[in-house]
Amino acid sequence: MASMRDIKRRKGSIQSTQQITKAMKLVSTVKLQRAKSNAEKSKTYFHAMYETVHSILKKTKNLDHKYLKSGETGKKAVIVITSNRGLAGGYNSNVVKLITQGSLKNEDLAIYAIGKKGKEALSKKYEIAEDYSDCIEEPVYAEAMRISARLLKDFEEGKINEIYLAYTGFKNTVSHIPTLLKLLPIDSGDEIMADAGTEFSEEDDKVLMNFEPEEEEALDLLIPKYITSLIYGSMIEAVAAENGARMQAMDSATSNAEEMIDKLTLMYNRARQSSITQELTEIIAGANAIS
Amino acid sequence: MADNLFKLRIITPERTFFEGDVSMVEFNTTEGEVGILKGHIPLTVVIAPGIITITDESGVREAALHAGFAEVLQDGVVIMAEIIEWPQEIDLDRAKEARDRAEERLRTKTPETDIARAETALQRAVARINVFNK
Repeated sequence: MASMRDIKRRKGSIQSTQQITKAMKLVSTVKLQRAKSNAEKSKTYFHAMYETVHSILKKTKNLDHKYLKSGETGKKAVIVITSNRGLAGGYNSNVVKLITQGSLKNEDLAIYAIGKKGKEALSKKYEIAEDYSDCIEEPVYAEAMRISARLLKDFEEGKINEIYLAYTGFKNTVSHIPTLLKLLPIDSGDEIMADAGTEFSEEDDKVLMNFEPEEEEALDLLIPKYITSLIYGSMIEAVAAENGARMQAMDSATSNAEEMIDKLTLMYNRARQSSITQELTEIIAGANAIS
Repeated sequence: MADNLFKLRIITPERTFFEGDVSMVEFNTTEGEVGILKGHIPLTVVIAPGIITITDESGVREAALHAGFAEVLQDGVVIMAEIIEWPQEIDLDRAKEARDRAEERLRTKTPETDIARAETALQRAVARINVFNK
């Protein structure tokens, strides 16, 4: 059995770890509250934007627009949204797995990283085209605009031919879903996939959409807005999911520490008792020997 | 009256600004002002800064709508607005200052002046002031 001093030292170190995890849990709980209310507020816009743009394009036939056809050359771009800090359970590795083990695994990818952890994990295998890790600390719309402008420029220049978005969707505090979303080009095949579960009236889709100003001009304005708001929305959701994941991870770390401390306390008390017993036996034996 | 109603949703990144049944909605687009009633042909328009007028059973309401786009369908309208404000949310002094700044920039224009930007800023400020004064 380990000596009393060893057990005491071990217990002390676990206790201080527990204090850290407990504090981190409290911090991420507070952050989660804020991020959650942000995510809930922007969620409607984010989803409505996705639906509206898809519904507009579904009603348009024979589109010939630069953003809507995939180029011959270039790589597939993936915007990877992870966190800058670790200790969030499987949060970062789930997003990375989505890319390294998902449908894109054998492709030649260009990574546009938002978040250091994802960048570090993917830099071994893929090319990192750009690093926007600073914006995940506090997502603002202007940053999303900058990122989408860069992506659309690369898309037009033929450096990339498809754009995907990998992020963690925030469903509620305990449920976060790593998601891979195809942003561009939006083609009809994908829309059917996306709508497989929902009912939509065939009739409605046959009516052709009119554009004002001209189709081309309207889409020129609309698609950057669409990309920007999807990037922004997913950044906000990812922040909420990150804090949720960290809160859970820290919560289980704290309770694990609790368990270990309980076990060590028991061991310590046993060791103390046995040392007292031993001491008593020795004293009695000594006294007996004298008399 | 009830037959003329259609669904209007105005959504911004921060909130759902308006959701309900209305009989008419008017707003400014890049091609000029439009008024939409029930049964309009499907239409996608890009919004220009201006006043949006919402008419429903309880009366007429106005707001300043600055940017975004709208999808018009036969039985509903979705406006994806970037910025939209009710009159009580507008800071009149700030809007006036912005108008003066934009006018000044357009007057003293140099080759570097971003005219399109100054013009939209001016349009926005004017829309705000107009909504406030109504």
